[in-house]
Amino acid sequence: MSVRRGHLPRERGRAWRRTADLALGVRFALTGGREGWTRALLTAVGVGLGVALLLLTTAIPNALQVRHERESARNDFTFSQERPPRADDTLVVANVGTDFREDSVRGRALEPEGPRAPLPPGLEKFPAEGEMVVSPALKRLLESDSGALLRERLPDRIVGTIGESGLIGSGELAFYQGADGLAPLIDGGRVTRIDRFGDTDPGEQESDPVLLLLVLVVFVVLLMPVAVFIAAAVRFGGERRDRRLAALRLVGSDSHMTRRIAAGEALAGAVLGLVFGAGFFMVGRQLAGTAEVFDISVFPSYLNPSPLLALLVAVAVPAAAVLVTLFALRGVVIEPLGVVRSGRPARRRLWWRLLLPLAGLALLYPMVGNGRENGDFNQYMVTGGVVLLLVGVTALLPWVVETVVARLGSGGVAWQLAVRRLQMSSGTAARMVNGIAVAVAGAIALQMLFAGVDGDYTKSTGQDLTRAQMEISLPADVPVSPAAERLRDTEGVNTVYDYSEGYLGDARLDPENTTMMTVGDCASLREIARIGSCADGDVFAVHGAEWDGGVDMAKLSAAGRKLYLDPSYEGSPKSREIPWTVPAGVKAAEPSRGLLAGIDRGGFLLTPKAMAAALAPGLTGHAYLRLDESVPDVRDYVRNTTAAIHPLADPMTWSSTERTDRFDAIRTGLLVGAACVLALIGASLLVSQLEQLRERKKLLSALVAFGTRRRTLSLSVLWQTAIPITLGLLLASVVGLTLGAVLLKMTATPVRVDWTGVLSMTGIGAAVVLAVTLCSLPPLLRLMRPEGLRTE
Amino acid sequence: MTPPAGSLLSAEQLRKAYGPTLALDGAEFSIHPGEVVAVMGPSGSGKSTLLHCLAGIVPPDSGTITYNGRELSAMGDSERSALRRSDFGFVFQFGQLVPELTCVENVALPLRLNGTSRKEAERAALTWMERLEVDDLRKKRPGEVSGGQGQRVAVARSLVTSPRVLFADEPTGALDSLNGERVMELLTDAARSTNAAVVLVTHEARVAAYSDREIVVRDGRSRDMERVV
Amino acid sequence: MSIGHTLLGLLESGPRHGYDLKRAFDEKFGHDRPLHYGQVYSTMSRLLKNGLVVVDGIEAGDGPERKRYAITDAGITDVQQWLATPEKPEPYLQSTLYTKVVLALLTHRDAADILDTQRSEHLRGMRILTDRKRKGDLADQLICDHALFHLEADLRWLELTAARLDKLREAVAR
Repeated sequence: MSVRRGHLPRERGRAWRRTADLALGVRFALTGGREGWTRALLTAVGVGLGVALLLLTTAIPNALQVRHERESARNDFTFSQERPPRADDTLVVANVGTDFREDSVRGRALEPEGPRAPLPPGLEKFPAEGEMVVSPALKRLLESDSGALLRERLPDRIVGTIGESGLIGSGELAFYQGADGLAPLIDGGRVTRIDRFGDTDPGEQESDPVLLLLVLVVFVVLLMPVAVFIAAAVRFGGERRDRRLAALRLVGSDSHMTRRIAAGEALAGAVLGLVFGAGFFMVGRQLAGTAEVFDISVFPSYLNPSPLLALLVAVAVPAAAVLVTLFALRGVVIEPLGVVRSGRPARRRLWWRLLLPLAGLALLYPMVGNGRENGDFNQYMVTGGVVLLLVGVTALLPWVVETVVARLGSGGVAWQLAVRRLQMSSGTAARMVNGIAVAVAGAIALQMLFAGVDGDYTKSTGQDLTRAQMEISLPADVPVSPAAERLRDTEGVNTVYDYSEGYLGDARLDPENTTMMTVGDCASLREIARIGSCADGDVFAVHGAEWDGGVDMAKLSAAGRKLYLDPSYEGSPKSREIPWTVPAGVKAAEPSRGLLAGIDRGGFLLTPKAMAAALAPGLTGHAYLRLDESVPDVRDYVRNTTAAIHPLADPMTWSSTERTDRFDAIRTGLLVGAACVLALIGASLLVSQLEQLRERKKLLSALVAFGTRRRTLSLSVLWQTAIPITLGLLLASVVGLTLGAVLLKMTATPVRVDWTGVLSMTGIGAAVVLAVTLCSLPPLLRLMRPEGLRTE
Repeated sequence: MTPPAGSLLSAEQLRKAYGPTLALDGAEFSIHPGEVVAVMGPSGSGKSTLLHCLAGIVPPDSGTITYNGRELSAMGDSERSALRRSDFGFVFQFGQLVPELTCVENVALPLRLNGTSRKEAERAALTWMERLEVDDLRKKRPGEVSGGQGQRVAVARSLVTSPRVLFADEPTGALDSLNGERVMELLTDAARSTNAAVVLVTHEARVAAYSDREIVVRDGRSRDMERVV
Repeated sequence: MSIGHTLLGLLESGPRHGYDLKRAFDEKFGHDRPLHYGQVYSTMSRLLKNGLVVVDGIEAGDGPERKRYAITDAGITDVQQWLATPEKPEPYLQSTLYTKVVLALLTHRDAADILDTQRSEHLRGMRILTDRKRKGDLADQLICDHALFHLEADLRWLELTAARLDKLREAVAR
């Protein structure tokens, strides 16, 4: 070997040697016995998680883009006023979407009007009447026992599944059914005629800036602890490694070589981590196909990171690992006879540590009050600010631990042992909990943001759930009374109030004043307005309703005044314009916020006998249902009845708040994610804890020999982890709450501390400490056995 | 065989195996108050195991150990631990000082384990440190003192509870001869002044020369040289 | 060291001619100073007179070397006593101690016992010296230390020998 090297050109020889040093390091990392393996594995898992998260992050914009493209490619309701005339290339589409339990089902009825009618994406041919094509997720649902109720509503024969190109996510519930006779129902709202699918004018995707902020923060918050973890992971077993390097120095390697060998070790872990990361990513990608977040599901194929970014990750991660290692070795001089830490480290200074989180706040501050209306947040400022704040935790924590621990006073022996140990090496202790602190700080902020925004999204709808829980709107021409009867007969329906409603104008065309006409029996009318005595045949005029703001009801309700039901407007097709003369003896009524979603009802209230038959075509039926909530799936029974009444009848579920459960799911997910990150950090804590214990084997045996209780030593181990972690959690809570508050201010949401979030996150952190201590107890007890004294 | 009259600590027919290796195979021992007994023998002969058994650190597989009229071998772990805290003192070759604690805290540790208050324990610790001529090290940590000084601190710690039996396992093993002798002088002087018995495990004759008599352990069997000669 | 006891010990394994005895002695113990034949002759006649050996037989021929000696019970007891008695702890005891150890091995006695006994004797001396040293002035200390170190050297040699008894047994048996 040396002979050959002599012949090599000098430069090549040096390069060869360097590679050999690195390779030696790699070998040390992989062949270091069980401990070496554990360390390499943990490093790899940490790096792997980081890589997978990074890859997912880089893939998300792509995924959202694909979803957006798919969505606009199948767009049918363009809400444009223009409607193509019937031709051999037109298609009548009806929106027959429905809800099942908490999920919405996208549904379209299709009636091709000629052989060249456009086929929606994902379909091979039109289903005939009585047939339907469904998405895989819906198919699974319909075939399952839990989907039986929905199957009643969608009884058509399933003749195929919608292809991936026609769906925006793997979990989407969607169907296309064949239909006939839709053309007369065309109204531009629920039924329309089109000659092609796809948005004629897709326009820019309107994304919710708050949603984007959430996504951004989620990724930063999940990535940061992983980064901290990687930084800590490449330092695993540092002392042992330093000693090994010292041994190498003794047999003649110089300080540069030892550094390269150390770099090689770190590199091995990082590269293994890349492999793991690719694996995790593939798994995560498949899992992403089964998951739904914000009601959004994606196909695995959407999640393709851009090759350039993936390459960047593949290069940056190992490079970072090597840099961290070299950085950690900076303060260490490895001499042949041992490791010399370069002097006693200077006392930690506060000012630059404070600078980091302050800089973070400074970056975020300009965006305070932006809210949803003032456009997007500056992504770089958000990311930079959040990262700086969280990095601030890792910078502040060593100072906090050092300062606090130096002042901790007397206590029992266990406490004394732990405190003194921490005083000796507060840096190590702080490093160990850094990951947990960052994870908890981020998670608390995120929880707060979610809870706040959650409150925002789940604002009260104003619907009064004590009076009615569902509303059914019937298409024109469907008489309301028989429908109401059928609804009354439905299981779980207690009461039904039914009305026929229409709009009145004071002119046939472009009326100046408009108001409503509501027809219902006396009992029903009492639910929506304060009326005096009522008998069938009465007509009421409601005065002073908010809804009728600016309309002079006194003038409109003057006897003999001619009004028109369903007036026409310039530029739109002619309406029915049914004339109605205000009869004599109209009684006055007062508005009341009754049944109708917190809105008072104005206009004219007619009892059935007061309604002339001619008016019927201008009125549409509405029914308000009071349900027996104890009947499971009661809403779906109602939906089934409604569907049977008319396919286009629209059942709406009232709720006082919306989306609550969906955010719950996200919060659960966040909790689980944070718990996983914490568990990983806990594992690394355990490894270093055990390493430390093993190094103190003799001391422990000696302590046991002179009668130290096991309880004392176990307690001291507990304190030793618990003190820095408590400090870490406290700091994390402060920073997390600050970050959360700033983020909420940015979204213009009132700041509300989500104590459950804070408690659950700190609770998980504390649980990790306890678990680590518990897991290190059996080895501790084993080490404390007097056999430890025998090795001398 | 009954324990010799007046003996403070005695053992009969001790057997102890670590896995397949028989560390003690019928060892005998006895010591009187104020007596210094050297336990000698080649390495691996079982002398440390004998000390561990006598001190109640390791229970023997069979045989009886009697301390002050009580059968040590019949006690449970916590009872033996309590006895070690109150009646026994220990000096080992290495790794016995807690590196994080200052020297005076180290010396005070056994007292604190017994429930003495911190202040009182440290005052007593300081008295012993003066006797062993290391009171100037009170604020130093073990890493900052020399081996001889550290060992004297360890001796001070072993004596701070005024033990009735002091167990010393190669107490000078890591020291040069001058330091070793000084430590032995201080240790035996201190023990004699308190009438404590000293069980001194050593393979060095010059250390053993500080004893009143020696027993030899070979292949797990003990041999009381006084009775033989 | 005692040539008489050594020769007696050599006889324990069986009767020998005078010349055999000299050869065995030279081989095992006489490394640099072979035994003079006259010494064997005079020693044996002394032992004979003391009843520690008997003449087992005389082969035809001339010269005293033809006499075959055998050890008596009294002789065996004498060897036993000698081996069991520790030497006075003095500097440069090695040759005597070595002889005792080898002889013990040759006669299938417990050589470790000899070492333990000797160590005990040495320690007795060392205790006295240590005690004097603790009570004496610096001059006493230095003098005692000198003696102590020599005794310690002896003991260390003893320990080493004890540790090598098995090897020695093999070597002696050859």
